[in-house]
Amino acid sequence: MTSASDIDAVLAGFAADVGPEGPVSVCGGGTRRHVGGEVAPVTRELRAPAGIVAFEPAEMTVRVRAGTTVAELHEALAASGQRTALPERPGGTVGGALMVGESAIARLGLGPVRDALLQARYVCADGRVATGGAGTVKNVSGFDLCRLLVGSLGTLGLLGEALLRTVPIPESEAWFRLEAADPRQVWQRCRTANSILWDGSATWVLLSGYAPDTADDRAILGRLGDVADAGGPPALPPHRWSCTPAEAAAFAGGNGAAPNGASAGIDFVAEIGVGVVHASEPQPPRPAAPGVAELNRRMKETFDPTGRLNPGRDPLRRS
Amino acid sequence: MSPLLAAAARRLGRRSPRPEPAGEPDAALVAELRAAIGAERVRADAAARYLASRDASIYSEGTAGPLCFPVTTTQVSACVRIAADHGRAVVPRGAGTGLSGGAAPLGRPVVLSLTRMNELLSVDLDNGVAWVQPGMVNLELSRRLAPYGMHYAPDPSSQQACTIGGNVATNSGGPHCLAYGVTSAHVVALEVVLSDASVVTLGDLTAEPAGYDLRGAFVGSEGMCGITTAAAVRLTRNPAAVRTMLMAYDDVSTGAATVSAIIAGGIVPAALEMLDRRCISAVEDFAKAGYPRDAAAVLLVEVDGPAGGVAASADRVAEIARANGAVSVRVAADDDERARLWKGRKSAFGAVANILPDYYLHDTVVPRSRLVEVLEQVYEIADRYELTALNVFHAGDGNLHPILAFDARVPGTMERVHAAGREIIEASLAVGGALSGEHGIGVEKRDYMERMFSEADLDQQSRLRAAFDPHCRLNPGKVLPSAHSCADIGALRAADGKLWG
Repeated sequence: MTSASDIDAVLAGFAADVGPEGPVSVCGGGTRRHVGGEVAPVTRELRAPAGIVAFEPAEMTVRVRAGTTVAELHEALAASGQRTALPERPGGTVGGALMVGESAIARLGLGPVRDALLQARYVCADGRVATGGAGTVKNVSGFDLCRLLVGSLGTLGLLGEALLRTVPIPESEAWFRLEAADPRQVWQRCRTANSILWDGSATWVLLSGYAPDTADDRAILGRLGDVADAGGPPALPPHRWSCTPAEAAAFAGGNGAAPNGASAGIDFVAEIGVGVVHASEPQPPRPAAPGVAELNRRMKETFDPTGRLNPGRDPLRRS
Repeated sequence: MSPLLAAAARRLGRRSPRPEPAGEPDAALVAELRAAIGAERVRADAAARYLASRDASIYSEGTAGPLCFPVTTTQVSACVRIAADHGRAVVPRGAGTGLSGGAAPLGRPVVLSLTRMNELLSVDLDNGVAWVQPGMVNLELSRRLAPYGMHYAPDPSSQQACTIGGNVATNSGGPHCLAYGVTSAHVVALEVVLSDASVVTLGDLTAEPAGYDLRGAFVGSEGMCGITTAAAVRLTRNPAAVRTMLMAYDDVSTGAATVSAIIAGGIVPAALEMLDRRCISAVEDFAKAGYPRDAAAVLLVEVDGPAGGVAASADRVAEIARANGAVSVRVAADDDERARLWKGRKSAFGAVANILPDYYLHDTVVPRSRLVEVLEQVYEIADRYELTALNVFHAGDGNLHPILAFDARVPGTMERVHAAGREIIEASLAVGGALSGEHGIGVEKRDYMERMFSEADLDQQSRLRAAFDPHCRLNPGKVLPSAHSCADIGALRAADGKLWG
């Protein structure tokens, strides 16, 4: 049960800093601050509290404050052989990863970041602390505020603390680079592929799992093309496109047609099986259907009637 | 007839008396609905309205208005518009297998049965999804995907009857959700009809749709945010290898300790289920699954995935089980034996009828490490109220399903059942648990929401709903306690406050 005792002094202090009125924003590591537009200049900027509150390996959950860096969190979890689906960026925070909602490059295996959040404690527009979700790994008690918050860019509430699902670190994990192969074949045939990246000619594959299974998949890669060990993924171009898996696998490739308005010949790295494409040009705007835009507007208005939370940012404008 | 007796009668297929007089009220409303979707697709007779007045829960106070069977999205939209014109709420329903009264209509709303929209619209292997209509039966979907080597992962116990639309509404789980995730993780996009009769698509097939995750906010909203008319669901590749094991224990606590040790050991089985002694006995009398009758508890564990990992993790699970006091570890030798072991688990609820005529199935979640403690309390509570408690549950994710078995013909029983249920919920919440793991809140647990959530929490949930349905026209009176529900509502004037005893 949520009670005053569940909201610790640190969280209460964060809520006091946010207060009940006036434009306010929260900055994490600042790694994705352009997503969805810049915060309006008059806004008071805060940082979310940091620190791991409780890690329970046998529950496969960790309670962590939003200002904690993902790197620091993962270092603590690794001691017990676990990690989360959150992406690691230099300086990137747990709160930033959840509020931006961009998944890790190993999403194919780890799942999207939106599924990692079990419970959120956040400061509402009226300055109160609210809890969405439950302290358990499974829960359908009421409406799913956690899913709504992930990717909301802090425009509905300011995240203070999160309970995250953890996953075991597999015994074998390594990147390989493959030339002259169809990346879709890798997706179809390699069950341990946690990431498949394709730049239009070469394919990088992250095999994760039990050693006999990754060895089997390594052998499959050898039959699909010329394979070599790779130290890691390729450098990713700066812009992030949201495509379908089919579009990503055909990105500026095949007959040369470039879906979604891509100019032919731009540099890209496509996440096969997922649909994220990292490209050297920004994705052309994707206007939302009027009904969806209206629902987005109502959601913001309902949760933040005065528009004080991260003013200027809008998840509809992410690209 | 008491709700419990009525529920028992329904399970046994007996006829119950009809609470409504014959005849067709709402003549103007019915005429408009018939003009819009076809006379044969609207029923307003007492028998139809009686059938639409309840789900599989023990809640029996629902009252349905006209029952519509739309076959297209346009027809669903038309029904919603006409209902709004007449100032009436709309309640969608699938197979009616829900256990929390989520589909029970309050205040004579228009009831939309989506069961005739049951087509598999497309299988899109390049994008790893299938588009299905809401009336598609869960297990039927997996059967239809089998030729592609795929299945739909969430597998609620009612999967032979329950529909995808209902699964979306309740964010359904199932034994295999331990490793694969619940419905929300398997729904990529939804076409829905909103309360203003407009049709929108929430989410899309791209990796990171722009805007708020309205898809995620919609899943589990129990029919209160809109009506699903099509869903793009994720295809899950059939595992290369599967191994199913049954471990027996001399006491429940060593079984539960094994659960924690498996998870702490870095193994996430596909399923990890527990049955206690009374359940084993009921199952053996009924299904003859080959469970050891002398055991105090059994764990049913399934690991799946690529062959190497399956072999390694099965060995490791067996090792952990023995180290934690398992008296026997049996590995299913073939598909037949595997099917038999699962038959035992999946027939557990039916088997209870052999013990006592009525039962009330609970659904709460506790941290895995507190399972033993809460189970002991469940037995103690049941004993104190002179009820029979059986436990069969998703141990791997701490999702308890205590069954209170009883004979409702004994006067005063119902009061004891409800009092015991309340204490079980309190015991689960006291250790940091959740009200519901997969059945939903509906009307059953609506008035317990304040035990789990603060005023601020419920205010936030109410805002989510209000953004979708500002006028509370869809399935009003569910999930949120009345103090937190918007204009709920003129439409509920016929609904009363008496829920439990």
